[in-house]
Amino acid sequence: MDHVIAVRGLVVDRGRRRVLDGIDAAVPRGSVTGLLGPSGSGKTTLMRAIVGVQVIAAGTVTVLGQPAGSAGLRHRVGYLTQAPSVYADLTVRENARYFAALHGRGRAEADHAVADVGLASAARQLVGSLSGGQRSRASLACALVGEPELIVLDEPTVGQDPVLRADLWARFHALAAAGTTLLVSSHVMDEAARCDRLLLIREGRLIADDTPDAVRAAAGVDDLDEAFLRLIRAGEPEHTGEAS
Amino acid sequence: MNPRILAATVGRILRQLRHDRRTVALLVVVPTALLTLVYYMYADQPTPPGAPSAFDRIALVMLGFFPFIIMFLVTSIAMLRERTSGTLERLLTTPLAKTDLLFGYGIAFGLAGAAQATIASAGAYWVFGLQTAGSSGLVIMIAALNAVLAVALGLLCSAFARTEFQAVQFMPVVVAPQLLLCGLFVPREQMAGWLQAVSDVLPLTYAVEALQEVGAHAEPTGTMWRDVVVVGGAAVLALVLAAATLRRRSG
Repeated sequence: MDHVIAVRGLVVDRGRRRVLDGIDAAVPRGSVTGLLGPSGSGKTTLMRAIVGVQVIAAGTVTVLGQPAGSAGLRHRVGYLTQAPSVYADLTVRENARYFAALHGRGRAEADHAVADVGLASAARQLVGSLSGGQRSRASLACALVGEPELIVLDEPTVGQDPVLRADLWARFHALAAAGTTLLVSSHVMDEAARCDRLLLIREGRLIADDTPDAVRAAAGVDDLDEAFLRLIRAGEPEHTGEAS
Repeated sequence: MNPRILAATVGRILRQLRHDRRTVALLVVVPTALLTLVYYMYADQPTPPGAPSAFDRIALVMLGFFPFIIMFLVTSIAMLRERTSGTLERLLTTPLAKTDLLFGYGIAFGLAGAAQATIASAGAYWVFGLQTAGSSGLVIMIAALNAVLAVALGLLCSAFARTEFQAVQFMPVVVAPQLLLCGLFVPREQMAGWLQAVSDVLPLTYAVEALQEVGAHAEPTGTMWRDVVVVGGAAVLALVLAAATLRRRSG
């Protein structure tokens, strides 16, 4: 399979704490891969390692055939940070145009990206005056505007209303159908079912790397939330020992 | 560096400034208000024959101080905001080079400093009758260069600040000693040897000397040009050091 992201034996320490402990994972081209796990499980750190802004202790991260963070990757990878990282003192359009310019795109592409996230009517508003959900969509527009081959989105749907959330997921799948690869993190399990593949992470370790159906089958339940719980318990025999 | 990305970055920083009308108003009004104070403070001071008046001596140097102090503060806060808002981390995943960002700030706030210096100089020359032997254009050029130096020092210092409180504390640490030892309050040749040595390594000293050269000589002097080169070199050095302390990867 053609892998856009290949992670081998990734270890990341933050201070004295081990945040990622030997992650092996691969993300295929033209798919929406969900990175699921509770808050503090290491999702953001793994994403930062993939976009090449994280200092790593061991292992390799290869993106589009090059080491993560290589200069040649910077126009091929789009990154949405968890907190909306746009300029609050610029309008939505000005933000999109700036990030478009960094990627060698023009005003038309910028306006298109703003419309794609449903902010066309707020394009002239200062980002600082927007609601939390709108602000995070403004940030999303800036990640999409360069039309990158790999898009890494850290919790892009937090705070969005259900209709918009469905729209955004439809947009992600349309991008994937066109050949773009998306890695999308979430701590909400009902979003897992919308992904082509799942990476389940807990306490810095990967506990599943499969399709939602295969995860359900492995755990023997239909509900992904319950499946996740069973996979955790299965991986920790000492806990089941104490309980019995 | 990439000219297209550098130009987009300069435009973005100036657009941010334009949206902040109150800051623009303060940048324009405050220097002239302070010059007014200085004018009336020294209005009744006797001037020794043949020497420049106290106002001429002090106002000339103050025209260099304003962009230096204000652009240092503005830059420290702006860069810290880039760090805390996550925009810096995101920028570093884009094709933008570190020097595009740092020189972008240098050029954008350098332009803002030049505009501020022009307005303050216009007030000093036309309203308060500032007299300099040399051209007012040179005064504005040196003041603008001071703005670039302050931006460069602000960018470098912001690497060592984690919070706005810390960033503001760098003002007294970095700016105040340069103001005290530049030769305005006590002529440099009357300072103790060790103070002179400290003064010799502070870039603002050379900017002030350059302004004093313009004040005293009708034509630009060799000393003035040497001072301008020293200040410009210090600014470039600080920008390069700031680029070296800016890491794409963090823990």
